Amino acid sequence: MITQGQFSFLPPLTDKQIAAQIEYALGKGWAVSVEHSDDPHPRNTYWEMHGMPMFELKDPAGILAEINECRRTFPEHYVRVLAFDATRGWETPRMAFIVNRPKEEPRLRLERQEAAGRAIRYTVRS
Amino acid sequence: MDRYQAGVIPYKKMGYWQPDYEPKDTDVIALFRITPQEGVDAEEAAAAVAGESSTATWTVVWTDRLTACELYRAKAYRVDPVPNTGPGTSSAQQYFAYIAYDLDLFEPGSIANLTASIIGNVFGFKAIKALRLEDMRLPVAYLKTFQGPATGIVVERERLDKFGRPLLGATTKPKLGLSARNYGRVVYEALKGGLDFVKDDENINSQPFMHWRDRFLYCMEAVNKASAATGEVKGHYLNVTAATMEDMYERAEFAKELGSVIVMIDLVIGYTAIQSMAKWARKNDLILHLHRAGNSTYARQKNHGMSFRVICKWMRMAGVDHLHAGTVVGKLEGDPHMIKGYYDTLRERHTPMSLENGLFFDQDWASLNRVMPVASGGIHAGQMHQLIHYLGEDVVLQFGGGTIGHPMGIQAGATANRVALEAIILARNEGRDIWNEGPQILEAAARWCAPLRAALDTWKDVTFNYQSTDTADFVPTATASA
Repeated sequence: MITQGQFSFLPPLTDKQIAAQIEYALGKGWAVSVEHSDDPHPRNTYWEMHGMPMFELKDPAGILAEINECRRTFPEHYVRVLAFDATRGWETPRMAFIVNRPKEEPRLRLERQEAAGRAIRYTVRS
Repeated sequence: MDRYQAGVIPYKKMGYWQPDYEPKDTDVIALFRITPQEGVDAEEAAAAVAGESSTATWTVVWTDRLTACELYRAKAYRVDPVPNTGPGTSSAQQYFAYIAYDLDLFEPGSIANLTASIIGNVFGFKAIKALRLEDMRLPVAYLKTFQGPATGIVVERERLDKFGRPLLGATTKPKLGLSARNYGRVVYEALKGGLDFVKDDENINSQPFMHWRDRFLYCMEAVNKASAATGEVKGHYLNVTAATMEDMYERAEFAKELGSVIVMIDLVIGYTAIQSMAKWARKNDLILHLHRAGNSTYARQKNHGMSFRVICKWMRMAGVDHLHAGTVVGKLEGDPHMIKGYYDTLRERHTPMSLENGLFFDQDWASLNRVMPVASGGIHAGQMHQLIHYLGEDVVLQFGGGTIGHPMGIQAGATANRVALEAIILARNEGRDIWNEGPQILEAAARWCAPLRAALDTWKDVTFNYQSTDTADFVPTATASA
């Protein structure tokens, strides 16, 4: 199981729990965004954006509806929620957590290429 | 021209005591705690410290007159008695002395040069019984000559793809004696179980039981295998501390070749070596972890040495990304207010004066990256709510014994910590009062997480409640108007 994000070790979040996290982000003045991907490689930074970050939307229920639309459209993808902080000196995501997973999660494979000495070049394949 | 007649005159009369001096924005300011010898008055002691840490020698020299000596003389401009010292208390009378130094006294971008003046000769000076460097104000103009943290909190999180929660780590135990193969086993188990980082300890370098190349090879096998198993970026702080810079560069290069995201150094390698490694880390895209090995030899006792907050400032300038800065609740020294002062110094863009937290000056950090503080030493999952209450989320929480000593094994120990962490962060964000409700939140998670249940049961009674030796000395109302 992929354990990226803030809450992967907890039971799947309910809509109510997701809404509470959105409220926390909005309270901080952060913009919430939804992204999805079928490739959970640890270096896959750019998941597909489900629309732009919701800079104007300040209503947790409205944002939750967007999240749920993404989950419905891509039930077999990973879906994550991010919160972007535009404050000077941060200007980076401040939250990221997974809210949807494929029923069967893909396994990442570790490939080893033996190199000079006893060094090994590692590649994680998704 | 009495001032320049051959002979010995008091430092006060040599121009090192200037109570009317107004520090310039570009001055470096140092705050010393001085315990003068019997019969030496406070102003003379402060002037002597100013003199010995800048231009003076013990006697008048005519060659001063070939220079702009008034500019180069450090100026003691304020002396305050330290509350709760002196007659009627258990300690000799101490004073806080404020000393201003012109920027041109220092070489740009050199911690070695800055420290050679500020903590050079002066600590052995006979006219004072004891001396402690409490704090410094570094002007923006000087900070801009330093690289600062090679990576910083923002980019570290982006590279690791980890946001919104403290990072979790552990130090491999036993710290000495494991073979490389056995050592890597601990690393793999802890990372697979849910930690983000595992760490070499400060004194793991290259000993007969485990040479450094073997350790690096097995640790990277563990890191990569755990990364594939979890889909997360994982790391192990490979300690590259060694006898010479050449050795350290060789080890760091090998860590880079093997794909490590992070390397580690110890404070004992010295300021210049730290700055060199910070430049190397920036150039090679690695995070630089600093273990503060050795600091308590001079930072713990209040009357002599230097405060750890000064080390925090110098290390942010020198350019490390991680620095061990205390836990409040664990086994090592740490008053909550002092630790807040250290954490703010490492993490904030601007730290206002806060005597309560031991910060004597407003400090603008001039956009130097933020340093990630590391909390390590005698902490366990049952304290998670307290740790997050005191330390916030931009911190690495390191549970060594609290992971490896778990009764169900290392993976279970790591999982217990990660579950506790995520449960507390979730609850905090939901607006719950984690300070008071923390134990219930952890209990609720332990109902479905057996490893957390076992961790809470094993360590429920472990606390380290001792008096701190290093605390703030201030009288809120008196100092505010001084």
